[in-house]
Amino acid sequence: MIVAVCIKRVPDSTTKVRVAADGKSIDPAGVEWVIGPYDEIALEAALRLKEGGKASRVCVLCLGPKEATKEVRTALAMGADEGVLLVDGGGDRDAASTAQALAAELKAQNADLVLFGWKAIDSDQAAVPHLVAAALDRPCVSFVTKLEAGTAAMMCHREVEGATEVVEVPLPCVLTAQKGLAEPRYASLKGIMASKKKPLVEKPAPAASAAVRTVRMDLPPARPPGKMVGKGVEAVPELVRLLRDEAKLL
Amino acid sequence: MPGILVYVEQAGGVPRKASLEALGEGARLSKALGAPLSAVAIGPGASAAAAEAARRGASRVLFVDTPAAKAFLPASYGRAIAGAARALDATLVLLGASAQGKDLAPAVAARLGTSPVADATGSAVEGGKVLWTRPVYAGKALARVVNEGPVTVASLRPNAFEPGAPGGAAGAVEAFDPGIPESDLKVILKEVLAPAAKRVDLTEADVVVSGGRGLKGPEHFHLVEGLAAALGGVVGASRAVVDAGWRPHAEQVGQTGKTVSPKLYVALGISGAIQHLAGMSSSRCIVAVNKDGEAPIFKVADYGLVGDVFEIVPALTKAVLAAKGG
Repeated sequence: MIVAVCIKRVPDSTTKVRVAADGKSIDPAGVEWVIGPYDEIALEAALRLKEGGKASRVCVLCLGPKEATKEVRTALAMGADEGVLLVDGGGDRDAASTAQALAAELKAQNADLVLFGWKAIDSDQAAVPHLVAAALDRPCVSFVTKLEAGTAAMMCHREVEGATEVVEVPLPCVLTAQKGLAEPRYASLKGIMASKKKPLVEKPAPAASAAVRTVRMDLPPARPPGKMVGKGVEAVPELVRLLRDEAKLL
Repeated sequence: MPGILVYVEQAGGVPRKASLEALGEGARLSKALGAPLSAVAIGPGASAAAAEAARRGASRVLFVDTPAAKAFLPASYGRAIAGAARALDATLVLLGASAQGKDLAPAVAARLGTSPVADATGSAVEGGKVLWTRPVYAGKALARVVNEGPVTVASLRPNAFEPGAPGGAAGAVEAFDPGIPESDLKVILKEVLAPAAKRVDLTEADVVVSGGRGLKGPEHFHLVEGLAAALGGVVGASRAVVDAGWRPHAEQVGQTGKTVSPKLYVALGISGAIQHLAGMSSSRCIVAVNKDGEAPIFKVADYGLVGDVFEIVPALTKAVLAAKGG
C-alpha cells in the first residue's frame, strides 16, 4: 500500500498575528513556519503504517511557496520516503483550486491511502480533504483518532461530538487525522542526515484561481477592558452579583 | 430569482440548534436579497424536521427519507443537498458548522462546483453580494470573504447567528429522492462507542466552564464539573491538561481544539496561552479565576478573580446555585 500525506506550511500556533500592508493577509515578519499540527499527526500515522509493514512507501505532498521545501524536508527527516512540492506561483487560490492541484498530483502518484490533517490551522476551513476526495471519487472519513489497515479496507475510529464511531472504509480512500491518532515524533539526527539524500521533487503548481476571495482581513475587535472583581473567596458574592445584575447571565 | 437553501440537520425529527440558526440567517438573507428561502432535511425523521423548517420561514421544504439516506455520510448527504439545491434553483446553500456541517460544506461545494465558505460568523449584503466574516488563525484575525462564482455554500459557526422564530404561513413540505447511488455508501458504520449521552456539544453550549493546569490533577476536575452543572454548562479544558492526559481532546478549547463562543465562558486555573485565547476570545462574557494576577487570561476577562481555585470554585458553585434558586 502506498500512502500519500498532504501537508501544509502554516504559522506556528504561538504566532501573534498582524495584518500585512495589503490589508488582506497576515504579515509574515517574525512568523515561525511549521508543518500543520494535524498534518504532522497524519504523517506520524502513515509512518507507523510503514513500520508496521502495512505500507510500502510514504509520499509527502505539499502545495506552497518555494520556502515550504523546509517543511517537506522535515517530513522526510521524520521518515517519509519521498516528497513533492507544488510550488505556488502566487495569486488568490481558494480551497477548490488547492484541491484541484493536489488531486491531479495524487492521481499521478496513485496512492491507495491519502491522509490529511483534518484542518489547516491558518485558513481553518477543513475543506480541502473532502474536495480532493470528491475530485478523486473516493470516500472520505474525517476526524480519525485510530487507524487499522486491512488488506482492502481501513478500520477507523472517528471522534464526533462526544461519541466514537467505528467505521470501515474500502481502499482507495481519503482520511483526515484528528488529535489522538498518533503523537508525532521528532526527527532524529540520523533522520535529518538521511533526508538529504531522499528525493524531493519541486514542480510548478497549476495556476491559482479563486471564486472565494478574501477582500479584507482585520484583527478581532479588542475586548473592552475587564474588571478585576477582587481577591479570594471574599470576592465571590460580588462576582455573582455582577453576573446576575450586570451581565444578566444568572 | 435563484433562492437560498438551508440544510436542516436533525435527529429523530428535531432540528439541531445550529440548523435553527442557519434557518434564521437564511430568513434574514432571503429578505435582504429578495430570494426565496427553502430547506432540506435528510434521514429518519426528516419529514418532521422539514415541517419544523416550514414553520420557520422556508416556503418550500424537501425531505429525503429513502433507505440510502438512513445514516449520515458526507458523500450521500452531500449529493442529496446538492440535488435539492439544483431542484429548487438555489444558489446559496447554508449549513450549521457542526461536525456534520464541517464534512458537508466541502462535500456539497464539490458537487456544485465551488469552494465553500467555512465557519462564517457574520454576513453583510453589499451590492447584491454577501460579504462573509470568517475567523482565521483560530480567531486571531477575521477575514472578509466574497464568493464571485455563481453558487455559494457557507457553513455557519454555532452560536454566531440568531435562530429564527416559528411564525407566519407554513411552507410546502415534499418528499424528495436525490437518487443516491450505491457508490456513495462505501463507508460502513460498524459500531458507536461511548454513545453520546444527551450532551450539548462544546461549540453549541451557552455556558462553557474550562479547567487548566491550576487544577493540579484530573482528580480535581469535579470542581469544574460542579460549577458547569450549577451554571447549566459543559466542561472544557486547556491544551496543557489535554496533553497531560487529564481530559479528552474533545474538550480542548483553543487553536488545536475547539473554538467556542458561548454566552458565558469561565476559565479556572488557565493562564491564557495565546492558542487558548484564540479559541475563546469571542465568548460574550468571560470570567477568569487564577492565582496569578498577571496571567494573560485577565486581559480578555470581563470579570477577573485572583485566588486559589480550590477555595473559590466551591464557594462560587454554592453562590451560583443559591442565586439561581432565589
